[in-house]
Amino acid sequence: MNLINTFFNMQVLIDSLPQLLRGLVVTLQIGIASIIAGLAGGLFLAIARLYAPSIVRLLIRFYIDIFRSIPLLVLLILVYYALPFVGIRLSPFVSAVTALSLVSAAYTAEIFRAGIEAIPQGQFEASAALGLSNRHTMVDVILPQAVRIVIPPLTNNCINVLKDTALASVVAMPDLLKQATQAQALAANPTPLIGAALIYVLLLWPMVAIVARLEKHFSKGKR
Amino acid sequence: MDRLGSTLISIRSLTKAYGDFTVLHGIDLDIAEGEVVCVIGPSGSGKSTLIRCINHLEAFSRDSTITVDGIAVGPGSALAKVRAEVGMVFQSFNLFPHMTVLRNIMLAPLRVRKTPVVEAERKARELLARVGIAEQAEKYPGQLSGGQQQRVAIARALAMQPKVLLFDEPTSSLDPEMVGEVLDVMRKLAGTGVTMVVVTHEMGFARQVADRVIFMDGGRLVEEGTPEEIFDNPKEERTRGFLRAVLNH
Repeated sequence: MNLINTFFNMQVLIDSLPQLLRGLVVTLQIGIASIIAGLAGGLFLAIARLYAPSIVRLLIRFYIDIFRSIPLLVLLILVYYALPFVGIRLSPFVSAVTALSLVSAAYTAEIFRAGIEAIPQGQFEASAALGLSNRHTMVDVILPQAVRIVIPPLTNNCINVLKDTALASVVAMPDLLKQATQAQALAANPTPLIGAALIYVLLLWPMVAIVARLEKHFSKGKR
Repeated sequence: MDRLGSTLISIRSLTKAYGDFTVLHGIDLDIAEGEVVCVIGPSGSGKSTLIRCINHLEAFSRDSTITVDGIAVGPGSALAKVRAEVGMVFQSFNLFPHMTVLRNIMLAPLRVRKTPVVEAERKARELLARVGIAEQAEKYPGQLSGGQQQRVAIARALAMQPKVLLFDEPTSSLDPEMVGEVLDVMRKLAGTGVTMVVVTHEMGFARQVADRVIFMDGGRLVEEGTPEEIFDNPKEERTRGFLRAVLNH
């Protein structure tokens, strides 16, 4: 069959598999680094937005709004192609992680803020009445409760970050997509692209399923 | 009243407003060490706001002053010190739902007083026994009845060994059959010489336990006196009207 030979050519897939797996490793490196940096940055922004002086809070809101509005591909191209004009020359890897983290931090900050605001005022008052510091109130009382609320949306955000790593291929990062397009050119056959798509789905499907289960679990009203 | 010590809480011209609406109109009040004060009055009279000002859960106007054991209450670094000395029990318990009963009680001594863990746990178990629920130590608040939760909340407040305990309508969200067990704990507590300020609708408790009863209405301190003076021989018409309404039903 011509169609099968074109799109599901086993020999091409087997030949390109090592290249695709190397790409997968790069994709995971970019994704995990961006997720961790985005989580840390988002948590910091969310807490600073609660306790910082009002001018800092205003700046944080500005940051969050800007980075939720800008298309990731545009940001990535700005970081990689525009920053060198002011002497900031970042490697493709650092460019990709920077762009992904900046955006992820903005989304994560909103998720954490919603989680913290979902905690009843009485929890803050009880902590204050006991003489707990702001730090202990957050670490011991508020965040452990908020984290349970924000796990489903945070996992969703992680899925988005992992998917968005594919954009790194435009700054010549040898990620999964880039490897697939190169293998496709080499073999003059699109099967490696199909292979890459399958790998993305195999990687992310379990996470999507977990989010669905978590959302169901948390919506049962268990806090 | 000779068992009472020197002045512990001093409130001078306490004023509190939300925008144009004034909740408290210049309240003056002194509370002595070891005194049990019950604050009664209709809903919206400002009685909860009054005690929430004592540990600054509510901010108040700048020309008002409150001192607790000589420390001025207000925003700033001394506030944590005041709050460590002032325990509070809330209408809605406000226990930490993700911690066991034991951890709820140990948290503040561990974090604020830097009590060693072993000592904090010993003290917490002792307090749980004192409020009659020693066997619930390892449970989570959600597994307890309302009355048990409120007794845990009292134990949590006591764990800081506060100089004064504030009660903000501690039995108002309880099922009727659980009111008694909480009032019993509070009655025992009053007998041990703890300073208590209790906002309550339980007139029987106020009459029996209070050294002094304060009647508030419209953000003003209308009348104060011994339980006998207030309940048997109120001087103000507003006090008489309120007591008629709550006692005859």
